[in-house]
Amino acid sequence: MEQLLQHLVNGLVLGGTYALLGIGLTLIFGLMSVVNFAHGEFYTLGAYTTFGVLALAGWPFFVALGAAILLGAVAGAVCERVLLRPLRGESIDTVMLVMIGVWIAMQNTELLVWGGVARSIPHPFPTAPLTLGPLSIAPVRLFVVAAAAALIGAAWLLIQRTRLGTAMRATFQDRDTAALMGVPIGRIHTITFAFGSALAAAAGALLGPVFLAYPSMGDLASLKAFSVVILGGLGNLAGATLGGLLLGIAEELGAGYVSSGYRDAVGFVAIILVLLFRPAGLFARAERIG
Amino acid sequence: MTRRALAALLAVALLTAPSWLTSAYHLHVLIMAGIFAILALSLNLLLGYTGQLSLGHAAFFGIGAYTSALLTLKLEWSFWPALVSAAATAGLAGWAIGRLALKLRGAYFVLVTISFAGVISLVSVNWMELTNGPLGLPGVPAPELGPWSLRAKAAYYYLVLAAAALAYLVCHRLVHSRIGRALVALRENEPLAESVGIDATRYLVLAAVISAALAGVAGSLYAHYTRFVSPEVFLFTYTVTMVIMVVAGGQGTLVGPVIGALLFTALPEALREAMAWQWQMLAYGVVLVALVFFLPKGIVPSIERMRRGLPRSQPASRPPLQQC
Repeated sequence: MEQLLQHLVNGLVLGGTYALLGIGLTLIFGLMSVVNFAHGEFYTLGAYTTFGVLALAGWPFFVALGAAILLGAVAGAVCERVLLRPLRGESIDTVMLVMIGVWIAMQNTELLVWGGVARSIPHPFPTAPLTLGPLSIAPVRLFVVAAAAALIGAAWLLIQRTRLGTAMRATFQDRDTAALMGVPIGRIHTITFAFGSALAAAAGALLGPVFLAYPSMGDLASLKAFSVVILGGLGNLAGATLGGLLLGIAEELGAGYVSSGYRDAVGFVAIILVLLFRPAGLFARAERIG
Repeated sequence: MTRRALAALLAVALLTAPSWLTSAYHLHVLIMAGIFAILALSLNLLLGYTGQLSLGHAAFFGIGAYTSALLTLKLEWSFWPALVSAAATAGLAGWAIGRLALKLRGAYFVLVTISFAGVISLVSVNWMELTNGPLGLPGVPAPELGPWSLRAKAAYYYLVLAAAALAYLVCHRLVHSRIGRALVALRENEPLAESVGIDATRYLVLAAVISAALAGVAGSLYAHYTRFVSPEVFLFTYTVTMVIMVVAGGQGTLVGPVIGALLFTALPEALREAMAWQWQMLAYGVVLVALVFFLPKGIVPSIERMRRGLPRSQPASRPPLQQC
């Protein structure tokens, strides 16, 4: 029982960042129909930015987090403007090929810049775990959950409560009608991609200090993000949040009780099963979208 | 020069390659190009002729390699039945995955194929008793033909050349048959094709089975050439390489993938001295992006157009595929 609780807590920590990754991707995938294979690379970018700002420049952790988010947003905006805008209206496969290219190019740029050695990112939190009865949790992990929750909340407010968010939702529902109503679709796409990339970078900046930063870390992150999007349903923010938590917990339980070697299989199996049996996602009310 | 003369010249050059290629290393590059040509042809059947992008193709390559290696190592089969079994096992996997995944289209199909490849790769790492895990299976025997061993590079080159030629013929026959026309019809307009009585799932699954079996043959040839199989055969890099070869050469043409395979096996080797491996991979990514922007139809169709004096191809004349 205690072990189960511990797994649940660990799963929650992991799930919070998966949710961040998933929300970013579900917006990009749902709103722009871009199968963004480079999503994990923005996560890697976030982790390495944190490493650079913290370990090399010696600035505080929160500055590093902010820098990672900012850089993620800028990189995302540039990527959208330069590569995706000219391809708007092309088939989804064409865009997918471009994103595969971006993914390989970004990953190997990171490899060239930082080398293949995994880097541990220092963080200002005490290393002694907090114990609460039978549970123990490292303070940095607690911070990760809190920060992830705050960012998810902020994303939620942005989408639901602002004019920009309304425009984004309108674009998702019907691009042409939204355009006719005066929504600047081009700008909405750039903002969406930048926003999604910023969230991925934030996830990288948060998880980087918990694990390690290495150039191919984005591959798994992309996979988790896609699993979360599929679990939650395309363009569904609440679904992505729940899907992220669910995936995090399922992985922890799978690794704890089944086999740690198959931890990453949980995401793959989730994609296969959900797409085959509930293609609109686990929490969908509406008909299948897209 | 006419097309026929060009083809004859190429055939002679390929048939005599071991005699004029002095370095064993160059022959090695050519053997790898042959194996990749089979893979590219196999991926092209799906991507080029049905329009379905399988990003799990390394799985069939890996299944073929492991099947062949395990049968020859553990059951001491000889190479030839192992080769056939590799094709059959991979084809069976293609059937199973095709049956399930081909209910989906576009991005969802891609994600399911990636996931299947991911699961199979994890199995190869974790099923220690069968696959020896990450350590891999060393000592895969070299094939024998009657009393002769095909261990020498020149002999193996002819084996790969024959297999590649056979794969090309299989694809050629298939594409120019009723089945091929049905596949193209499905690619261009699925509802319309179904309305004239083409059973989409049946034809697509058939294409997936043949494609997977060809990839399995390539896997077997690879295993008996390098004589070592490890979970690295499932690396996503292999799939990406195949995709680049097909897209660069010209998807939906028969010669395109072969040209792509030759080019993208030889080019990285030629650049090996000049730049580090990471730079090469970086260049791969940039090349893929550049291809989509500047040569969306691939090399072979673009050359054809130039020869006929037609204007440069317009991007995206292919109708957008359905998303799901």
